[in-house]
Amino acid sequence: MFNKTLTLAAAGLAAALVVAGCATAPSSAELDQQALAMLKASFRDQGIAKVDRLNQDLGQKACSSDKPPAEALAKQIEAESLASIKWPEGGRYLGDWREGEKLPQNGRGMTWTDASADPKANGANCYNCHEIDKKEISYGTIGPSLWNYGKLRGVKDVADPASAAIVQYTWGKLWNSKAYAACSNMPRFGHMKLLNEEQLRHVMALLLDPKSPVNQ
Amino acid sequence: MRRLLLTTALALACASAFAQKSTADGIAEYRAMLADGNPAELFEAKGEELWKKKRGPKNASLERCDLGKGPGVVKGAWVELPRWFADTNKVQDLESRLLTCMETLQGLSAAEIAKTPFGRGEQANMEALAAWISAESRGSRMNLPQGHAEERRMYELGKRAFFFRGGPMDFSCASCHGEDGKRIRLQDLPNLTKNPGDGIGFAAWPAYRVSSGELWSMQRRLNDCYRQQRFPYPGYASDVTIALGVYMGVNAKGAEAIAPAIKR
Repeated sequence: MFNKTLTLAAAGLAAALVVAGCATAPSSAELDQQALAMLKASFRDQGIAKVDRLNQDLGQKACSSDKPPAEALAKQIEAESLASIKWPEGGRYLGDWREGEKLPQNGRGMTWTDASADPKANGANCYNCHEIDKKEISYGTIGPSLWNYGKLRGVKDVADPASAAIVQYTWGKLWNSKAYAACSNMPRFGHMKLLNEEQLRHVMALLLDPKSPVNQ
Repeated sequence: MRRLLLTTALALACASAFAQKSTADGIAEYRAMLADGNPAELFEAKGEELWKKKRGPKNASLERCDLGKGPGVVKGAWVELPRWFADTNKVQDLESRLLTCMETLQGLSAAEIAKTPFGRGEQANMEALAAWISAESRGSRMNLPQGHAEERRMYELGKRAFFFRGGPMDFSCASCHGEDGKRIRLQDLPNLTKNPGDGIGFAAWPAYRVSSGELWSMQRRLNDCYRQQRFPYPGYASDVTIALGVYMGVNAKGAEAIAPAIKR
């Protein structure tokens, strides 16, 4: 009799625990899964902006929380990004800074109201986040100032071998910013086909050409 | 109005030419001048009328709509939204709740309204309703409930959505709204991962946008954020938009509501 009561009580307690278990908050991993399902269910295609834009690559996924990724993972993202950089054909890094001035002013491209995803339809968006030429006072502050970018880095002649390292770094940064900082806020202009090589060369010239207004 | 804008813009441009430091001051001045006569008042008046008007196949008003504080209670409702509702067993923001009321009380189709482009037809009515209802909480402090498990779950999902990076430019909400003191061009960006202060961010929308001459609801604000984030199209009143509302609204706890505000 006593035993039976005890058994019943134990069963009751177990049942209560199970119910309580069901009612406890979902784990962090479960919430991650639920958030992904919610995103997939909430968005639809519109124009050039298709739902496949929600499919994250390694870096996007690793940089999607309020905490940075583990160091080993960050290093892996940076190494893979560096390896993915396409260097300019024939080592032609610089174009025309006059053309390069137009692209940073232009913040258009890649939204669902843009007709084409061709890089030719895109601006470089630079002034949204960076100061570049002091004459332009309407600039954002998410990225560092690029005023005197080449001058401050000692670029007097872009063809001089002494300038090679900074010229190559700048191309790499524009092509795939994640090569140098896994969770950089900056878009990967070459890697994601936001700008073509010619456009990148013009932006390069604006930043590095000693004759560019940026370096006066 | 237009002449005022032009004069202000000119004054702003001149001021800016003298010193970069004065730019933010100039913008603050411009906003103060604009706030003197906020056209959102026109939308508020229309919204109040719509709330009381008998409409739809059931020829009923929205006066029995429960926005969370009991049927018909509008004052103070907006600063507690989004919240969980027993009848739908869902966490709803102001607009998704209005969809429920328009369907159940008035017999209008929530799905049809959700499909209607912003600023047209019933969506224009929705914006007016949102303007009036939010204005009825003006001066109150954001106070979203987190007592229900679903409200806490939606906060967690909203946080994950806020930091979710994707699209061709790798942006998340946090790319622009995750740090203090940042701006895009000259536009100040509130840090929405915490309380950004009285009347800033979630506590300011719906708002009248001078640049487009429209009243934008929070749903429309989020929609355009996602457009500029280069994401695909978020469904109207979809779960991601509501979860983000919970995340931003809870973070803004204690901030004074000034909606409908006036924006550039």
